[in-house]
Amino acid sequence: MSLPSSIRCQFPALQQEVNGRPLVYLDSAATSQKPQRVIDAVSNFYETSCANVNRGAYELGRRSTNLYEGARTLLQEFIGAEHSEEIIFTKGCTEAINLAANSWSAEYLEYEDVILVSEMEHHANIVPWQMAAERHGARVIPIPVTFDCEIDLDQFESLLREEPVKMVAVKHICNATGTINPIEQIATMAKEAGSAVMIDGAQGLAHQRVSVKDLPIDFYAMASHKAYGPMGIGALYGKREVLRELPPYQGGGDMIRAVSFEDTTYRKPPGRFEAGTQNPADAAGFAEALRFISEVGVEALHQHETEIRIAAEKMLQDAGADIVGSPKEKAGIISFVLPRIHPHDFSTFSDQLGAAIRTGHHCCMPLMSSLGLPGTARVSLAAYNSIEDLNVLIEAIESARRIFA
Amino acid sequence: MLQELYQEVILDHSKSPRNSGVIDEPSHQAEGFNPFCGDQVKVMLIVDEGLIQEIRFSGQGCAISQASASMMTQAVKGHTVAEARDIFKTFHKAVTEDDEPDIDVLNELASLCGVKAYPSRIKCATLAWHAMEEALENHA
Repeated sequence: MSLPSSIRCQFPALQQEVNGRPLVYLDSAATSQKPQRVIDAVSNFYETSCANVNRGAYELGRRSTNLYEGARTLLQEFIGAEHSEEIIFTKGCTEAINLAANSWSAEYLEYEDVILVSEMEHHANIVPWQMAAERHGARVIPIPVTFDCEIDLDQFESLLREEPVKMVAVKHICNATGTINPIEQIATMAKEAGSAVMIDGAQGLAHQRVSVKDLPIDFYAMASHKAYGPMGIGALYGKREVLRELPPYQGGGDMIRAVSFEDTTYRKPPGRFEAGTQNPADAAGFAEALRFISEVGVEALHQHETEIRIAAEKMLQDAGADIVGSPKEKAGIISFVLPRIHPHDFSTFSDQLGAAIRTGHHCCMPLMSSLGLPGTARVSLAAYNSIEDLNVLIEAIESARRIFA
Repeated sequence: MLQELYQEVILDHSKSPRNSGVIDEPSHQAEGFNPFCGDQVKVMLIVDEGLIQEIRFSGQGCAISQASASMMTQAVKGHTVAEARDIFKTFHKAVTEDDEPDIDVLNELASLCGVKAYPSRIKCATLAWHAMEEALENHA
């Protein structure tokens, strides 16, 4: 394995037993476990620096603001953004997409315009666009997905040609199948057709390096908690010239320049989009998670997860599982089905052996219906996994098969 | 231990569900949906003068949800609506509370009591029942 097994020791939650067995955590696409240094960064904030951001002109207020703005600068550098004002903190990736869907649609979306979303999108990158489309009389049209679980680029091209497309919203990495989408190619095609582009990067940060300034995209949405950071914080990247034109998402304190009953004016981005008390504690944790990822290396993480994934796919197939999708580029995520064993029944067997896996539709109901599956069992990998973790899953398959075969 | 959850009678019902299919002109129907796992079930009934003459279910789900739907149809068919609701109450208590299940009322359904030890699976066992209850409320 390309990463040392000592990495696992940095994650306190992994040092426990579940149902009398060592915990084997295989659900990092839902949320990753957190290293001690991230947990410490969050609690240090409350122990030493707890004050509201951008308000108190006193030492704690300065510390809090510095931590918060420091996290913004770190994230900017991490994703290769040109300006720190292009990073808006949100409460998560879902809110980041909702922010873009609301503010961008308010400015640009018109009657009968078309928003293209792929069939493999997470509900979080479908529903906000459906809600925006409903408000503006626009339409959301799905881009079909091939049997291999890749976005069908021929059909995408036809849709761009035939429809008045204003927005293309696709995910970077598919949480259900592991597909890594060719976002640069998709974005380039969309831009040539005159469309804006939103990339849902929920699964991206800890698995694929991005350089957003080199991508022809308008938005990239991110989650901290899927990248070793705390829950409750995420971010939206938006190109500076795009964000400057957009109206606020929520109203409140701190997002205004001046308020009166005659005329309220708003701050420039990112402040315009950050109403109310912000979350510097989790921003500090998010920053520490980015430092952790940088030290290990995104490429090393991807290689580690790929080595385990390839070995795991073979073990699962040998145990009788069918792997769902065979995209050319794939992250450390494996969806599989077992003949005659419903995924939900299987998850109880793996839980009994201390293994945490996800089963169901993975918030991708349109993808599941297009694949003709009620759901799948999913293994998703991270820095702390090893191939030995998969032995437990094979044991669970054997034990389920004894009952269901 | 999982042998207790997946008893032979449950596996039998899940592999060969009774009263599965559709009723063309039901007097009552409703769908149950578990967004957590994606299980779905549609329960259709023909109720005449307060008596459940016919009941069928369709949909897909795990072994527990399929077996429970199958056993439910057998348990309530031929009973009055009020009796069916009472059976659900007894069943619900049996899969959520620690008291001894009422075997006289539950018969085969008592085999589902094993879900108590697996809290995330209780919803699987009650999915079809909630759908039946909703069908009876909405269109009675």
